[in-house]
Amino acid sequence: MPSDPTGTTDAPLTTSTGRRIRTEEMVLNMGPQHPSTHGVLRLELVVDGEIVVDVIPHIGYLHRCFEKHSEAMTNYQQVIPYCDRLDYLASMNMDWAYALAGEKLLGIEVPERVEYIRVIMAELQRIASHLLALGTYGLDVGAFTPFLFMFRDREKILDLFEMTCGARLLYNYIWIGGLSHDLPPDFIPKAKAFCKYFRPNIKEFNDLLTFNEIFIKRTANVGILPADVAVSYACSGPMLRGSGVKFDLRKDEPYGIYDKFAWEVPVGTGEVGTVGDCWDRYMVRVREMEQSLNIIEQALDRIPEGDVKSAVPRRIRPPAGDVYVRSESPRGEIGFYLVSDGTGSPYRLKARSPAFVNLSVCPEICRGYMIADIVAIVGSVDIVLGEVDR
Amino acid sequence: MTFDEITKKLRDAFGDAVIEAQSEGVPEAFLKVAPAKIHEIAALLHDDPDLRFDYLMCLSGVDNGKETLGVVYHLYSMVHRHRLALKTDLPAADPKLATVSDLWPTANWHEREAWDMFGIVFENHPDLRRILLPEDYPGHPLRKDFKVPGFYNGMKVPY
Repeated sequence: MPSDPTGTTDAPLTTSTGRRIRTEEMVLNMGPQHPSTHGVLRLELVVDGEIVVDVIPHIGYLHRCFEKHSEAMTNYQQVIPYCDRLDYLASMNMDWAYALAGEKLLGIEVPERVEYIRVIMAELQRIASHLLALGTYGLDVGAFTPFLFMFRDREKILDLFEMTCGARLLYNYIWIGGLSHDLPPDFIPKAKAFCKYFRPNIKEFNDLLTFNEIFIKRTANVGILPADVAVSYACSGPMLRGSGVKFDLRKDEPYGIYDKFAWEVPVGTGEVGTVGDCWDRYMVRVREMEQSLNIIEQALDRIPEGDVKSAVPRRIRPPAGDVYVRSESPRGEIGFYLVSDGTGSPYRLKARSPAFVNLSVCPEICRGYMIADIVAIVGSVDIVLGEVDR
Repeated sequence: MTFDEITKKLRDAFGDAVIEAQSEGVPEAFLKVAPAKIHEIAALLHDDPDLRFDYLMCLSGVDNGKETLGVVYHLYSMVHRHRLALKTDLPAADPKLATVSDLWPTANWHEREAWDMFGIVFENHPDLRRILLPEDYPGHPLRKDFKVPGFYNGMKVPY
């Protein structure tokens, strides 16, 4: 029998005959090709047996020189397809964030119809992104079936996008000053039908996964992120709200026309565990889908007629200056720091991506848990390596 | 607090270290400060109960041309709900700046990125390594005078 099976004291381990056992920490690489790291993330785990002592994330495997490329573009609109590829699961939100930065530099007001369509697209995208996040999170902790249910519904949203702009993932739809196309004629009835169809399914997901005993055991009280740590690491999105901080840019710094809709900001409450655990972050996403549905339904009812291209500038040459514009993507605060020198291409464009910042808090919340919990924690952060590495 | 009140408070505390306060004729108001004082100024912005900038939204490196590099801090206060853009300029030949990662831990990765892309050295940073590019990458590619090497470890890289 080892003298100290729990490892709670610093006394050296010995065998039954009194011989000392040599112990040391081991370094274990998780990734870059590991299914639960959601892409090409490498986590260097320092482990003591099954307990994780430290985590060192290594990123950059998917670096595609976004910032360097956008400086080389010959005009501002050409950057938008690259923004699509930053967070390829929430391209609409990325395009919108970049368009907001460009519009602020130019001082453009967009028509009201454009604002409504942008809100509808961004919220549909949020639901699609959360469905993928929740489904794959189920996969991470060993539940396969919910993933299929959620992908089935995500497909229906992608069908709506395909109908609108021809692409299912990378849309190039939201432009500086407007949109690339108007909505097709039967979009509004189809989107309304989707909302009606989708709302009861959230309850089904809850029955399948959210309140599943095993799922709760895997996620409650795991990876607890206290609110003050979340703020000091500038976490945002469900990561911040899961820790009980009621902060959503759509509510607290409203852009577009978000102040015209009635909806709530869900936060983590520690319902089944501690505030700020993995289950809270998961549950914030589930509740956000309901709120997104509320917003979409109101927007679909009130959408005005108009021309979606009337404010799209022919030539974009903003005056010299710089802006930092942020908005709420499904993963949190996506900010673009855009510097213009008065020519036709961006002088400097920095993307402050939410997953990059949210991932940087990982070492803090992973220490002391088992290796299997690391999978649950990294999954609950909901990273997309496309925007972490840019 | 408004931008003018914040400027006044910093001018009272640091005098000439606040080089420029620009709020008119620019898309977004900003303060420019001396790089030598950056840590003290950041500490005041972070700790003062009236300012309480507890949320560092973004930290960006910029190549200004004209032989200078810039670092831009975008700060926000969750308590007071105000924001500030803080800029500082460094000589491109010897860009050194105190880290603020002890005040805002989120600056750790942003500063590593600025080192990676612009070669800005953040003094007293706990772990200043490249973050996005490989460790053996030559040069700092977002500098305007960077020449694309064409070869990486003997492999031809077309651009």
